[in-house]
Amino acid sequence: MQDSGGDLQEIIFETLRGALKRPVELSERTHIVDDLGLDSVAVMDFVMELEDRLDVSVPLDRIAEIETLGDLVKALRELMARV
Amino acid sequence: MGLFAKYAPLAAQYRQLEEAGSNPFNVSFETVLSPTEAIIGGRATLLLGTNNYLGLTYDPAVIAKSVEAVELSGTGTTGSRIANGSYEGHRGLERALADFYGRRHGMVFSTGYQANLGILSALAGKDDHLILDADSHASIYDGARLGHAQVTRFRHNSPEDLANRLRRLKDVPGDKVIVVEGIYSMLGDTAPLKEFAAVKREYGAYLVVDEAHSLGVLGATGRGLAEEAGVEADVDFIVGTFSKSLGGVGGFCVADIEGFDILRVVSRPYMFTASLPPSVMAAALEALNQLRLRPALRHQLMSNARRLYNGLAALGFTVGPEPSPVVSTVMPDPETAFAFWSRLLSLGLYTNVSLPPATPKGLALLRSSVSAAHSTAQIDHAIGLFAEAGRELGLIPLSQAAARGDAYLAAAK
Repeated sequence: MQDSGGDLQEIIFETLRGALKRPVELSERTHIVDDLGLDSVAVMDFVMELEDRLDVSVPLDRIAEIETLGDLVKALRELMARV
Repeated sequence: MGLFAKYAPLAAQYRQLEEAGSNPFNVSFETVLSPTEAIIGGRATLLLGTNNYLGLTYDPAVIAKSVEAVELSGTGTTGSRIANGSYEGHRGLERALADFYGRRHGMVFSTGYQANLGILSALAGKDDHLILDADSHASIYDGARLGHAQVTRFRHNSPEDLANRLRRLKDVPGDKVIVVEGIYSMLGDTAPLKEFAAVKREYGAYLVVDEAHSLGVLGATGRGLAEEAGVEADVDFIVGTFSKSLGGVGGFCVADIEGFDILRVVSRPYMFTASLPPSVMAAALEALNQLRLRPALRHQLMSNARRLYNGLAALGFTVGPEPSPVVSTVMPDPETAFAFWSRLLSLGLYTNVSLPPATPKGLALLRSSVSAAHSTAQIDHAIGLFAEAGRELGLIPLSQAAARGDAYLAAAK
């Protein structure tokens, strides 16, 4: 995958906006549970969307560590670099 | 309250249910009368939410064997099998399970929950990969957490997504272990096991099937979904429980794999807990005999399941994707689920409420389970009470003619 960091972030934000179905201000510091009000199941479903789009699997222990959208970008970047 | 401050929102919800006088998560049965009836709140109540699929909890043969065992071998084993030894009851039950499944090895655990904890945590080591169906039971998720493997999940019942996950791991070292369930306990849907088996073969993975809700329910001889789907040879490990169709408590795993017994000294939920008491094992063994001797129980169960499922669908309730002994109706929200559950109970019908995150897709469910022990009249009575309470609460049309009767949840994907 040839994504630069910016493209990856854009894909994540776009997927999230689709999942939320309402306009939201998103940044690297956005807290996924506190700011977006997603419960653990909704977070998992959103991560699955991203896994499909980016063709990468995110292990559950990595998902558990993710708090902000910045964490998510970082985790996905690392997992994709491994491929 | 400092320690529990983190639970404050949940505690408030729980208190609300208690104050309303109807908390589906804290029901007391004053007296249980039979597999299908109990006294709750001073009134005789029809039980439609017990997972007592074959109705064997009061079977005279099962009770006799259990009584005999407690008198002969005492009330408990007072220890674990590795530290304090195995009884003939443990060995005999393991042999009977292996024989029933036509496999070389069997292992029993103190609960079904522990069977998943013990098997999943031990099968996949630090450099291996566990790949779980996303809608897996909590015991599967917890078993995965207890071990040290990398854990990923695939979309519920999607062989395609499973294949994607295995493809991504193709060049990654380590064994891959897939975990699915026979019947999913929330909506009663079954896994596409034939397709999963094909993916498993293609990628050289191992396959674990949890038949907790399908043992004694599916398959020509009641062995479960793997038997029904004709793919038993592809299933490396079958996990199950004695606490549903067998009417007792305890869990098990059967397999053909070489070297199986090493699990007895690496599986912590097997090693570090007291083993099953003699009376419980004798009951499970005799219940398994009854399951094998009386296929009519299974046929009655499925006939009751279809009657309830079709009856509720015809009233206009949204039911799960296929008829099964688990019959759930979809509620618009948790509050309605509580209200409906409470009204049914006041009419003399006991069911279950299932809420996210235990349910798929964030659904609030009014869950029922049927038994072979239910009479046709009891099933019809239950449908009648669903109609009465459902109309009162505006959940279904006032007349059956107005109900579309085709509101099935799309086969889950």
